[in-house]
Amino acid sequence: MTFPELPEGRVLPVVTAPATVLSTVGDEVDPTDPAVLQLAADLVATMKVSAGCVGLAAPQVGVGVQVFCVNVVGHPKAATVHGTFALCNAKIIEASRWKAGREGCMSVPDLTGDVKRAGRIVVEAVLPGTGEAVTITTDAFEARALQHEIDHCAGNLFLDKVAGAHAIYQRKVYL
Amino acid sequence: MHELAITVIGPDRTGIVADVAEALAGVGANLTDSTMTRLRGHFAMTLICTGPTAAEAEKALESLAGVTTAVRQVSPEASGGGDGEAWVVSVHGADRLGIVAAVTREVAGAGGNITDLSTRLVGSLYVLIAEADLPAGAGDELAQHLAVAASELGVEVTLRRAEPEIL
Repeated sequence: MTFPELPEGRVLPVVTAPATVLSTVGDEVDPTDPAVLQLAADLVATMKVSAGCVGLAAPQVGVGVQVFCVNVVGHPKAATVHGTFALCNAKIIEASRWKAGREGCMSVPDLTGDVKRAGRIVVEAVLPGTGEAVTITTDAFEARALQHEIDHCAGNLFLDKVAGAHAIYQRKVYL
Repeated sequence: MHELAITVIGPDRTGIVADVAEALAGVGANLTDSTMTRLRGHFAMTLICTGPTAAEAEKALESLAGVTTAVRQVSPEASGGGDGEAWVVSVHGADRLGIVAAVTREVAGAGGNITDLSTRLVGSLYVLIAEADLPAGAGDELAQHLAVAASELGVEVTLRRAEPEIL
């Protein structure tokens, strides 16, 4: 699968919890709206300059809509990798192979947590710019990243899904 | 056989768990259940042990410098626990007075017994994760009550079933 090129993006400030936008269900967008295309490009630009960042959703830059980007290229826990891409209005239509794993979030920079996620998912979404409908099947770390970002678009943080009272950890360094 | 409940609290330092365990081993205390964590840099350990009298354990722990200890005789475990359905409550939001009190009061009101709890304050973000055993079928109503309490507190709350992986 090839994803269309995005315009030049701007690096935006990242919002951290307890910001209200992070707990608000994001609105669906018109993917052909030029502002949505620019937002997708801005998310990619912001993700790229943030060390260790494998995904970023619009609520994390203060915009309560269903747009996010992902890039798990080179990550040791990744198997299937689709490169750098942005999606709008994404929905998980199949999820299986549930497995716990540790994850962090740029919007909760001081904590990490163990969260059970599907190790294989099928996602339906539309591409920013063209509005083309896509179906993405992926697994392992890319599946985890997609679920984390789709949660952001629904107003959920990993804190809403941690496995138990001892499944959150103080983070020493943001990697 | 004496059963003792012991707490040890103080500034964290390397070797403190070893010092506590060694002091207790020295008077023949057998550690059964124990938990230790760091709370904003303070060492905090709570344990149950069997063997010595409270006086013997207290004397053994006197050698530890800079920590506060409490030793108390307790009666052996009253119940096995594990009744009801296991649930997890997550709360996060801006720090303010009374979050833990309001949330745990709702859990208690539903007949839920909190079995594990941790809270963290990082910057202005307050996070509470509680595990609770709820009476069968009490989850939906508690979720509604928690949503009201969370809305009054201006925080986010999630209640979901804990999923044990039994292999």
